[in-house]
Formats: sequence, structure tokens, C-alpha cells
Amino acid sequence: MQYWNPTFECMSRDEMTKVQSERLIDTVKRVFHNVPHFRDKMQKIGIEPGDIKSVEDLKKLPFTYKQDLRDTYPFGMFAVPMSEIVRIHASSGTTGKQTVVGYTRKDIDTWAEVMARAIVYAGADKNSIIQVAYGYGLFTGGLGAHYGAERIGASVIPASGGNTKRQIQMMKDFGTTHLACTPSYALYMAEEMEAMGIKKEELKLKAGIFGAEPWSENMRKEIEEKLGIMAIDIYGLSEVIGPGVACECQYKCGMHISEDHFIPEIIDPETEEVLPPGSTGELVFTTITKEGLPLIRYRTRDISSLNYEKCECGRTFVRMNKVTGRTDDMLIIRGVNVFPSQIESVLLEVGYTAPHYLLIVDRVGKLDTLEVWVEMTQDMFSDKVRNIEDIERKLRKEIELTLGISAKVKLVEPRTIERSEGKAKRVIDRRKNL
Amino acid sequence: MLVKQISVFLENKSGRLAEVTKTLGDHGIDISALSIADTTDFGILRLIVNKPEEAEKVLKENGFTVSCADVIAIAVADEPGGLAVALEVLARESISIEYLYAFVGKAEKEALVLLRVEEPEKAVDVLTASGIKVLSADEVYNL
Repeated sequence: MQYWNPTFECMSRDEMTKVQSERLIDTVKRVFHNVPHFRDKMQKIGIEPGDIKSVEDLKKLPFTYKQDLRDTYPFGMFAVPMSEIVRIHASSGTTGKQTVVGYTRKDIDTWAEVMARAIVYAGADKNSIIQVAYGYGLFTGGLGAHYGAERIGASVIPASGGNTKRQIQMMKDFGTTHLACTPSYALYMAEEMEAMGIKKEELKLKAGIFGAEPWSENMRKEIEEKLGIMAIDIYGLSEVIGPGVACECQYKCGMHISEDHFIPEIIDPETEEVLPPGSTGELVFTTITKEGLPLIRYRTRDISSLNYEKCECGRTFVRMNKVTGRTDDMLIIRGVNVFPSQIESVLLEVGYTAPHYLLIVDRVGKLDTLEVWVEMTQDMFSDKVRNIEDIERKLRKEIELTLGISAKVKLVEPRTIERSEGKAKRVIDRRKNL
Repeated sequence: MLVKQISVFLENKSGRLAEVTKTLGDHGIDISALSIADTTDFGILRLIVNKPEEAEKVLKENGFTVSCADVIAIAVADEPGGLAVALEVLARESISIEYLYAFVGKAEKEALVLLRVEEPEKAVDVLTASGIKVLSADEVYNL
């Protein structure tokens, strides 16, 4: 099976523009009528739904920012009544408030469709056995991959994250052909396999769909070699729909965006001008079929570029290149979005007054590690080891609750953390040189 | 009867202890006892000095995190079981000991021990009542 939905995957540019225009016009109308927050934004710059006649007019519309979702927390940007919402997902936000996404039955269907395409890009079909080792829950990774795999009729193993030895045993015993997880977890599995004495030849694994965190070509080579598979990159963000917004095909030269559902733009994050094809800038998405949380010109903060050339695989979907950075300070650690300011809110909440902290992100073995340095204050200090360890434990627990990932807390002496004029240096990311 | 003990937070990195002792030395402060409690990442230096208030002040001025606590100094017979006698008194009264450390004094037949307990005043009373010698603050500072 080469394509899942050739009608759209191989549609000519003219036809695609037509489809996109129709769907955009409809989306703008729905958003204008049902989302007061966005209607205000449009009215402020004097734009009405009637002004949007084709994709060409997209640039007239105002942007949507993560802040808009925060300001209208939790459901203020939903364009349908709650009776139409069948699922809610959420991802971490910068101030402790989560970004909430609502899906209608049709949205879940759309999501399964785009994920199904991605899984077929990886060479899977109904005879495949797909192990989903993304976390299941509020995080969109697990359920997104799950529904897509079911859609193509494959046998799905909803393994979720963790319990690595059992995962590997299942992979071997059940004859898993496709693996979906974060790339760092795939590498970790490869190491565990070695430790367990299981050789890649004993597995039936053919390909893996890896995403939810940035990874390099070197990592790809390592995964492909160690697991003896084809490793493809998948992109998505929960606000837009979750995983499956874009995915590489077997040629691994950029991720095909499901353009019949999402219109991408590349803008200059400073001037907010749309940049010509091929330029590098901030990726912006407009959803054109979503009902629950339709988003107009959503600022992803991800830096990428678009390639409109036809791909060898025959698909005409535009390809986005690997995300090379962020326009904000968001970090992705073990697939989880982390904003340094979240640590600040924890420190304020716990009640120790030094707002000085430093995040040290590293990769030990194959897994990301997070160490949070917090400065010792007079208030926190005690001559009893037990009291200080209690504070460390409390901070660690609160950080884990807020970020959703575990972290090591290290108390350091006052004035150890560098102060700087203006923007403080909050992060040391040692993974960069991997 | 209570003795002021200065505690200093130290990260486990080389040179920090030297800086504390140098700061005290520069200000003419004499250390009569010290102990370090260490964990994987940090240590707590506990000091008995001749001028505790001044020590606290100069260390803070030099950027150290410092706290002050009351401890008890006792002198026990320097022979097998000498310390046990004192500790049994505290155990009988259910006074728990947070930590203790021995230090060097000038008396020949006595061993000196510093105790950090939950209820220092009560501890002094019961120890004294049981005939254990509790040293005064001045005695300890000037050792």
C-alpha cells in the first residue's frame, strides 16, 4: 500500500488551493460566529469573514497565540458547545495553566485520518503490528498514534511509555513490525535490548515513527543501525491536532504536511510578514477542518522552512524541514514541553523567596535528564540535614507535579547562579552537541 | 549553659571550606570545634567559635548562608562507657539527639562532646541533675 488517501496526498497544487480556499472560508465564518475572543481580534483590525475569499487572503487574518488559549482558559476558544466535544487533551503551559484542546467526533476522525497517512508513510498496512510506546493520557502522543494505527486496520499494542523490558519482550514475542515512540526512548530500548541479550535479528521490526522531541540525523543513523529499521520523523502539536500534522515518507527528506487539513505559513517572527517559499522562519498553522478548536494562523514558535517541490514518493503535500529551534524558551524534555518560567512559579508557590534557578538539561545514556539548581536562602537553611533534604524533596515533588517529568533538585550556594542584565540565563542545554 | 553553634551551607566543591576558615581567620575569630555533615550534593559545616555573633555577621557578609543554633557541651569521663552514661540519661527522658560530635579540650581525663537536641534547656536540667558536667558557653568559646 503506497498511499492511504491518494486523492489528497497527490493532489495538484491548483486543486489543493481550491480545496484549501473553500475550507478556509468556512473555518473563518465558524470561528467568527462562535469564538468571541477571535471575533474581537478580527474586528479590531477591521476584517470580516467576507474579506476572506481564498487562501491568498490568509495573511489578512490576525494571528492566534498560545496566550490566547491561556487568556480564555479552559474552553474559551472552543467553537462548538461542550455537548459536541467528545475528548479533551491538555499540554503543559508556561504558568502552570495547561493548554486545553477539545475534539469533536469529527476532529477525532480527522486526527485518525492524518495519523493513518503517517503510519502508511512508514510502510505499515493492515497486516502490521504496531506498538505504541508514546504515553497515553492527556498527552496526545499515545492516543493519536493509536487511533491512526487502528484506522489502517493494523494490530495495535497500546504499550504506553515505560516498563522497557516488557516492551522489548512484547516486541519480540508479538512480532511488532512498527514502533511509535520518542526517538530517545527508541535508543534507550536498543540499549536495553543489548543488555537483555536480544539481537535486532530476533525482531520483526521494520520501521519506527518517532517524534514529540527534536532529534538529529546522527540519532536517526544510530536508531536505524541499532534496531535495523527505517526511522521516520513525525511532527505535531496538540493545539493543532496532535501528532500527524506532518510526517516523513520513506525518502526522509522533509515531513509532508496534510495540507487538506492544515495550511502552513513561514513568517518572520519579528515583522510578522509571510516569507517566500524556502525561507526559514516561524511555522504558523491554520486548521481548516477542525471543529472543536479551530485555530487561525497559530504561532507554533517552531523554526522551520517549507519545500514545495514534488517528492520522489509522488506526494504533492508540501514538506516542512526538521524544526531547528524555537522563538521562545520552550524546552522539550523526554517529549514533554517545559518552560523555564514554570520552575519560577513552583519556587514562588513553595514560598522560598530566591527566584534564581537554573535548568540543566542533558542526555545521560539515551534519556534526557533535568537538573534544577536552586539557590539556598537563609530561610531555607538549617543546621539539620534532614530539614534541608525535606525541602529538596518538596521542591522535587512540586516540580514533578508542575512539569509532568521528574527532575533532580540541587541546592547551591547563594549567588552561584549567574545574574545578568535583562534576560536571565535560565537554561543550559547540553544535548545541543549530540 | 547553652552554646551557640554556627552552621554554614557548603556545596560540595573544592576550596569552600578553606574560604570559610580564611574569612574567620582574617577577622581574628578562633575555632574551638567543628564538624561537617555531608550528603552527595552539599555539606553543613558546624562550628563553635569564640565570637559567634561576629562570625555569623562576617560569614553572611561574605555571601555564605549561615544559621545559628543552641547546642550543649558536656564533659564525660574519658573511659569506656563514659559517653553512654550521659546518653542514657537523655534516652530515659525521651530527649532525642539530632546529632553530636566530639571535640578536643584541654582537660586530660575528660572527653568533650557537643550535642544538638530537641529540647536543650530540659536536656541541660536532666544532665546536670544526673551529675553530668555541662560546660558553660564561655568555657567552650575559650577552649
